[in-house]
Parts: sequence; C-alpha cells; structure tokens
Amino acid sequence: MSMLAIYLPTGSVVHRLPAGVKLGGLVAGCVALLLVRQPWQTAAAGVVLAALYALARIPWRTAWSQARPMLVFAAVLLVFQWVVVGWERAVVIVGGLVVAVLLAGLVTLTTRTVDLVDAIVWASRPLARVGVDPERVGLLLALGIRSVAVVADLAREVRQAQLARGGQRSAVAFVVPLVNRTLRHADRLADALVARGVDD
Amino acid sequence: MPVIEFAGVGHTYPGIGSTPVLRDVTCRLAEHRVGIVGANGSGKSTFVRMLNALVVPSTGTVRIDGLDTARDARAIRRRVGFCFSDPDAQIVMPTVAEDVAFSLRRRGLSKQEIADRVAATLAAYELADHHDHPAHLLSSGQKQLLALAAVLVTEPDLVVMDEPTTLLDLGNIRRVRETIRALPQQVVLVTHHLELLDDVDRALVLHEGRIAFDGEPAEARTYYEGLFA
Repeated sequence: MSMLAIYLPTGSVVHRLPAGVKLGGLVAGCVALLLVRQPWQTAAAGVVLAALYALARIPWRTAWSQARPMLVFAAVLLVFQWVVVGWERAVVIVGGLVVAVLLAGLVTLTTRTVDLVDAIVWASRPLARVGVDPERVGLLLALGIRSVAVVADLAREVRQAQLARGGQRSAVAFVVPLVNRTLRHADRLADALVARGVDD
Repeated sequence: MPVIEFAGVGHTYPGIGSTPVLRDVTCRLAEHRVGIVGANGSGKSTFVRMLNALVVPSTGTVRIDGLDTARDARAIRRRVGFCFSDPDAQIVMPTVAEDVAFSLRRRGLSKQEIADRVAATLAAYELADHHDHPAHLLSSGQKQLLALAAVLVTEPDLVVMDEPTTLLDLGNIRRVRETIRALPQQVVLVTHHLELLDDVDRALVLHEGRIAFDGEPAEARTYYEGLFA
C-alpha cells in the first residue's frame, strides 16, 4: 500500500465538493485544531474526521495507510510531550497533528490534483501583482504530491541496492545515493517540464 | 512533414572541459521517420535535444521549418514533442489522466475539451482503464506509453524520442514500436535497439560528435556494427 494519498474516486458527496471548498475546510480545520485545549475536543475532532472518511466512502484500509507512516513519529512525539507537558497536552498536540494529516489526506483522496492545482492557481492570483506566477504555485503543489511517490521509490531502490551488497546499515550509504539520485531526477524532471512547455 | 536543418552545429557543455560533444554537424531531415544510432557519448542525445531547444548549439544553427531554436524556442516546443528514455522523469502529475491533461494546460481549452482529448488519447494507447490510476504504479511499458500519450495529446508535428525502449522488456519494446509505426507525425528516434531501424526511412550514425554515416537504415546498421568489430 502506498503512503501517498492519491485521488480515489468513489462518487461521494465529498468528492463532488469544489476543490476550493475542501481546501478552505482544511485550513479552517487546522486552525480549529490549534484552538483545541482538552483531550475530549481532540477525540471529537477524530470522530468528525472518521465521519468525513465514511461520508467520502474511503475504505478503512486506505485511511489506515494514511496514518501508518507517521505512527512511529507520533508515538515518539507523544512520549516526549507527555514527559515535558503532561499527558493531556500531549494527547491534544499529537492527536491534533494526526487529525490534521489525515484531514489533508482526505482532501487529496477526494480531489483530483488538477482541481487542487486550479484552486491553488485561483487563490494565488493576487500574488501576480508582486511578480509571482500563479501557474507555478500550482505546479509546485502538483510536483510536491508527485515527488512523494518518486522519492519513496528511489529510497526503496537504494535500500534494495544496499541489501544486495550485504545489507549494511550505514545512514551515509543510504542518504548519499538517495540525495544523488533525487538531484539527478530533479535535473531530468526540469528538462521534461521545459520540453512540455512549462517554461513558456 | 517539418524540415529539420542543422547548419555547422557544434556544442560544448560548460564545465566538462573543452571537449565538444557535437562538431560541425550539417544535415537536412525531411523524412517521415529518421533513426539515430551511436555509442554512448557520441552526441546523439545532444543532437535530438536541440530539436526541442532543450539544448541551444554553441555554434551554428538548428531550424525547424525555418524557426531558429535559439530565438523561437516557445513556438518550436508547441510543434515538437519530446519523449525521454526514463518516463518516470517525464510524468509530472500523480494520476494517468491528470498527467495527460497537464500537457494541455495553458492552451486555451475548456475543461470539457481537455477531458475529451485526454479520454480519446488514453483510449488510443490502451490506457483508458487506468484513467485514475496512480502513474507511479504503472508497469514500465505503460509508463512509457503514458509519457508518449502525454506528448501526443498536444498533436505535435514532430515527435522526438530519446531511447524510448531502453528500459523496456521485449513485449513492451514491440508495443512501443507498433505505436511509433502508427504515428502519422514525423518521428526522430534515438535508439540502441537496432531492429527499430527497420522502421525508419533514413538513419544517421553519430560517432565522436560527427555524423559518420547518413543513409539507408540497413547500411547504417552495418556501418554501426562495424564500429565495434
């Protein structure tokens, strides 16, 4: 199962909502999570999130695949926050983070990337007055989403190459070829974007 | 068919010393299908990248139907589609249909027109069943077909392919080959798979930055194999 949240058409009412509405809802939801102070409020946010996933008819396995990659990080953060600020605040901080990530995953699962890009381009139009190209802001979003899968694939290939050469567990032996290959990919992608007329 | 003209073209990449990758290349290509072969480092990728103004020559001029790649890059890129050997580097959007649609952005088409053209293109390349499929989960052959579909949806006059079959197995090589055969556009094809030369009208052999042979594909193949004898 991929860690990448990618459009999953189910024909639900959430899918049919305009991308701008969903992005606005995501921003509003994240701001609301910042205002949460009690664990029961975090739990309530989790219930609302679960209801939204159900409404979007996203299979639980897919929803779980969104949460799984950050579980270790969330667990470490929870322990750290528990020690530093107590269990109640730790639950609020870490729970809010998990809910926010899953909410963002729901947006990408229910919205075509082109629609997200269009919404971002529309929202970025005022930036054109200060010299920012809204199309490029939208492209940045698209490339960001696409790059998650690309870098994950490159990381897997580097790890497999490590295993093939004896399974050494050196961080340097992993990071250096990964960065090298990522930069080479970026070079080739830049050429492809120019060839596809993005630079026009 | 577009007319491709190289006039006294030379090129040296900055930072790689003074060794030119192309030296005084002059030719005129107007055939339907042109094949280019050569050893690694012979300059063939640089040669074809000049057709889409991805590389502008250090000396000389490259013209596509009279348009100079050094001055008219934007107009040329609207007419020349480019397909790379690694489709992963060419796929920009997360899903199959979105990537094909990406090629049609900024072309003044309505959403419905884009959707119709994308659907027709995916159907033509047997990708219709993968419309909303994550692009990174396609097989290598399907990815190459997607990269090609993303180029062809813009209806270019000239399609340039830089080793499109390098990463493919035999079945997918045949599939891509059949696709290339069916293209009505002019095609310039760089390849290490010499059997693909059987489908071209004219073949160039590049060697150490120069056109070492220019003529019939069968003779080009013999000449090229002779370089390694």
